[in-house]
Amino acid sequence: MITRATNRLLVSAALAILASPAMAGFDELNLTQGVTPISREVYDLHMWILWVCIIIGIIVFGAMAWSIIYHRKSKGAVPATFHESTKLEILWTAVPFLILITIAVPATSTLLYMSDTSTDADMTIKVTGHQWKWQYEYMDEGIDFISNLHPDHNNARMKGSGTDVTTIDHYLLDVDEPLVVPVDKKIRLLLTASDVIHAWWVPELGQKQDAIPGYINEMWTKIEKEGTYRGNCAELCGKDHGFMPVVVKAVSEADYQKWLGEKKQAAEAAAAGADREWTLDELMAKGQQVYNTNCMACHGMNGEGGVGKAIAGSPIANGDAGAHIDLLLKGVAGTAMAGYAAILNDVDLAAVISYQRKGFGNDADIVQPADIKAAR
Amino acid sequence: MSEHVATHDDHDHGPEKGLMRWVRTTNHKDIGTLYLLFSLLMFLIGGAMAMVIRLELFQPGMQFVDPQFFNSMTTMHALIMVFGAVMPAFVGLANWLVPMMIGAPDMALPRMNNWSFWILPFGFAMLLSTLFMEGGAPAAGWTMYPPLVLQTQDAFPFLIFTVHILGLSSIMGAINIVATILNMRAPGMSLMKMPLFVWTWFITAYLLIAVMPVFAGAVTMLLTDQYFGTSFFDAAGGGDPVLFQHVFWFFGHPEVYIMILPAFGIVSAIVPTFARKPLFGYSSMVYATASIAFLSFIVWAHHMFTVGMPVAGELFFMYATMLIAVPTGVKVFNWVSTMWRGSMTFETPMLFALGFIILFTIGGFSGLMLAITPVDFQYHDTYFVVAHFHYVLVSGAIFSIMAAAYYWLPKWTGNMYDERLGKIHFWLSTIFVNVLFFPQHFLGLAGMPRRIPDYSLQFADWNMVSSIGGFAFGLTQLLFCYIVYKTIKGGQKATDRVWEGATGLEFEKLSSPPPYHSFTEAPQVK
Repeated sequence: MITRATNRLLVSAALAILASPAMAGFDELNLTQGVTPISREVYDLHMWILWVCIIIGIIVFGAMAWSIIYHRKSKGAVPATFHESTKLEILWTAVPFLILITIAVPATSTLLYMSDTSTDADMTIKVTGHQWKWQYEYMDEGIDFISNLHPDHNNARMKGSGTDVTTIDHYLLDVDEPLVVPVDKKIRLLLTASDVIHAWWVPELGQKQDAIPGYINEMWTKIEKEGTYRGNCAELCGKDHGFMPVVVKAVSEADYQKWLGEKKQAAEAAAAGADREWTLDELMAKGQQVYNTNCMACHGMNGEGGVGKAIAGSPIANGDAGAHIDLLLKGVAGTAMAGYAAILNDVDLAAVISYQRKGFGNDADIVQPADIKAAR
Repeated sequence: MSEHVATHDDHDHGPEKGLMRWVRTTNHKDIGTLYLLFSLLMFLIGGAMAMVIRLELFQPGMQFVDPQFFNSMTTMHALIMVFGAVMPAFVGLANWLVPMMIGAPDMALPRMNNWSFWILPFGFAMLLSTLFMEGGAPAAGWTMYPPLVLQTQDAFPFLIFTVHILGLSSIMGAINIVATILNMRAPGMSLMKMPLFVWTWFITAYLLIAVMPVFAGAVTMLLTDQYFGTSFFDAAGGGDPVLFQHVFWFFGHPEVYIMILPAFGIVSAIVPTFARKPLFGYSSMVYATASIAFLSFIVWAHHMFTVGMPVAGELFFMYATMLIAVPTGVKVFNWVSTMWRGSMTFETPMLFALGFIILFTIGGFSGLMLAITPVDFQYHDTYFVVAHFHYVLVSGAIFSIMAAAYYWLPKWTGNMYDERLGKIHFWLSTIFVNVLFFPQHFLGLAGMPRRIPDYSLQFADWNMVSSIGGFAFGLTQLLFCYIVYKTIKGGQKATDRVWEGATGLEFEKLSSPPPYHSFTEAPQVK
């Protein structure tokens, strides 16, 4: 009776601790089961190996503990003299080998299932890693956009920003434009990079793959549940590696079609904008927005420089516009200064170049989207 | 110079007086001491960098350092700990112990021995000087993957030449150890009678000779890509960035065994002493070490499962990696069987050895999990990996070095260390190393990538726990420095055998401390 009462007390105490608000952050101790057929298989495999390890651990550490408790000199233990046994050596070579086979068999079948990118996919998305943003290209739809760390988060994460980051929802795991995909469709992802190696990873999708310049890697996914799934770049890619989230929004087919329509309309509007003359105020407003997202991290809030060169007072920003455009389109080889030809459209480039040439105390002539188009 | 050598051609002389003794010495004990003290210094510098990392990660948001400097810290911490702390510590132990264990007067190549130590401080001075350079210290990770590493600014050539110097030092040290073991064993000391520490170092030395030149070649290719217009690793020029990873890990995987095989030797010396029972399965231990060394050459690509290899390649590297669990298991089973029905006492070296066996095995379990390719896609480059390799390197390699220091310090100095302080050092280290690294398993499984200076809020609690463990573990190591200092200065005199159950030439045939030249006449080994 006493033991049962004690047990109940212990259990309820343990539950109380687990449920208390102080433990709120401690609930995530294990791998996610995720929302795709792959992620569930991976989870099951993970649990199987974990249990195998735990059981072996209990046996080995149990024998050690027994020995430490009972075979100690202070208890008067007299040492035995045995020091070899071929039978035992064969036994503890063979048994682990057999256990390994029970892991290898399911692991092989899961791996083969995961690598089946050849069977027809419903859609293909090309993912390109740039320092430090993701580009998504819907191959069949002609949609192409960049996904950056959400600007609010980007400001909050600066040293001395004065923002309490604990007040920000999904801190560092939110973007300005998520990848939107329909549920229950087999999606093929093609991964590559423009500058250094990145890795595209969303834990709930159950897989990560490197995005490597010069390579096109493949993986596939099929999300079975609507929702927003968050991950990060997982391969060290330079200064802002930690600030390169991946956000995938899985929606119903109808919502996806609606989003596609909106996205295409926006693309048309942007194309129209590229054909007209922009005023200085328009360029400066747009330019600041583009600058803060793409340039600020290296060149500083006020163009004062940092990892990148200073823009305030720079000979390029105050010199020939053609050279300035060229620099932004092509980047500087061997440095973290990437070429932006594939990342920014004509309007964005014209705006950000104008912003750099008129802002930060610089005073040079502005450029128009048509100038960029001509220079490409 | 030759005249000077001639006047010293006398085997009874003691050490030279003054500071020049340490610069000019060719004595294996002096050089061993230099290596060990140097490695302790590097351990403290690398540890200070780890403290910066844990400080920034103490809570979410960027508080203390910039992301670029954070990356420099993770990169430099790894380079210093791997090449400055763990490897020189093992070479120092080999210098002290191999001649004494095989009944030799000194190492086979004493002048080269001096040289292989003395280029190390210059290598690390070069590496550390990059902290003050334009663009900061190297920040592309100790793995130096291109194209990222090619964005390193002024520090870049210094990084490459540091690697060359450290490689030279390691290769010379390894050649010396092989030459000593093959040529200078006492009569009767057949290979299969050598203590396991000698065996494991013998095999480690071959690994070093095999892979260090590969590493030097890989970084030289980086150098020519950067400055001489080659495109080994540049896709735009017809090269291949993944090639570097293959070459690097062909070095890198044997490298991690270079950092653990001598540890196996140390534990195999300590456990029998304090169990008062001979090592169980000596020959199977030798064969297991050799198997692990062989397998280490054919598993490299398990570090790069996510680069998009063909599935056949992934399967091969998965199976080969899983196989390593077999000989490693044999070792653990043999240690447990050595303890079984022994008569155990628990002095500090034994405590560290037991801590090693348990915590290294935990690191082995997570290693087995990481071997499974489809699941590794989830674990890869997360804190789960960080937890795994710190379990095998800190509570594995470093714990074994601590165990060795406590075990042989009385022999080296003639003084016993303070047992009470030693035990306190062990318990604090063991508790806090787990507080530090165990939660990192949870962080990795919950989805926290490695090498990031700031993180999402769901990772906040365990990072704080881990940081507290880190600070406490770091502080605890200052106690170790004090214990070593106190033992060198004085203390209760050690007997020649030091430990009741100790065996081996260094305990049976030599005084504590041993004479400057251990064996002027070769002992007979039965």
